Amino acid sequence: MKRTNLLLLAAVVVIAVLPLILPLPGGLAEPFAGADAQAQAAITAANPDYQPWFRPLWEPPSGEIESLLFALQAALGAGLLGYYLGLRRGESQRRKSDADPARLDAQAVDARD
Amino acid sequence: MEGFLPPVHAAAWGLVSLPFLVMGARSVARVTREHPRAKLLLASAGAFAFVLSALKIPSVTGSCSHPTGTGLGAILFGPAVMAVLGAIVLLFQALLLAHGGLTTLGANIFSMAIAGPWVAYGVFRLARTLGGALALAVFLAAALGNLATYLVTSVQLALAFPDPVSGFLGAVTKFGSVFALTQIPLAIIEGLLTVLVVNLLIQFSRDDLDELAFAPGVVR
Repeated sequence: MKRTNLLLLAAVVVIAVLPLILPLPGGLAEPFAGADAQAQAAITAANPDYQPWFRPLWEPPSGEIESLLFALQAALGAGLLGYYLGLRRGESQRRKSDADPARLDAQAVDARD
Repeated sequence: MEGFLPPVHAAAWGLVSLPFLVMGARSVARVTREHPRAKLLLASAGAFAFVLSALKIPSVTGSCSHPTGTGLGAILFGPAVMAVLGAIVLLFQALLLAHGGLTTLGANIFSMAIAGPWVAYGVFRLARTLGGALALAVFLAAALGNLATYLVTSVQLALAFPDPVSGFLGAVTKFGSVFALTQIPLAIIEGLLTVLVVNLLIQFSRDDLDELAFAPGVVR
């Protein structure tokens, strides 16, 4: 299972990194811009009269603050997910060792040494 | 995309999403009442969506987009709860990151927190009924749920901005080439990561999965 999971992670890294190595498609104004920005450009190109009728209430004042908040979002999510998996892993290991008196004895010996 | 959906469209998608949100809130209340043990797993499914939608990943089309992470919760708890969890993610990004938007919240909830999860859930049930292996079913559910989200986004934009020449279908193709095409490698990434998390759940959290009657009998 561990091997499968490592392979899955490796595949994710390869798929994420590959676009950075492959030659870029031609005619890009700004490489690796957000798809949202491209859609907005497509809207204003086809409908030059359209004016966005609402502005964000608050915008991160700089790219730095924006990346701070995105990092915070990822960290909060990953933190909770990691907490959950760690908690359950600990529980399942404790149960395993409770169910296995021989291993418990071995642990006791380890502790004495 | 704040302000980029005309007011009528913005309001209409809000109205369409509203009953799903109510249903989702009820579903969250029912899950926490009937399966108190699985509460932390529910929060973790929300956390998964929180992480994945923060990660802007480059794609072969030369642009960047982010996965949704809503497939995991949909196959574990049913698609209804994801309306609420996805809405929380979207609200966070609209208020703090100027990403998505408040006026487009209804439309975004419909694509990411309703359409994506329901497609993921449907694909998962179908794949399992047809005898597909668990990992394959999870992969297809998460990947196709992700693609469905961005296909719906493309349709939503095409409805609001049909192409002057080629009309609605032309606009679907245009926005689809921006969103859905970019999304293909990201959908694969989301599928793989969801399989990874399900593997870990089966390994460490079989009790919670049993509580939800998820993939009974599958052990590591």
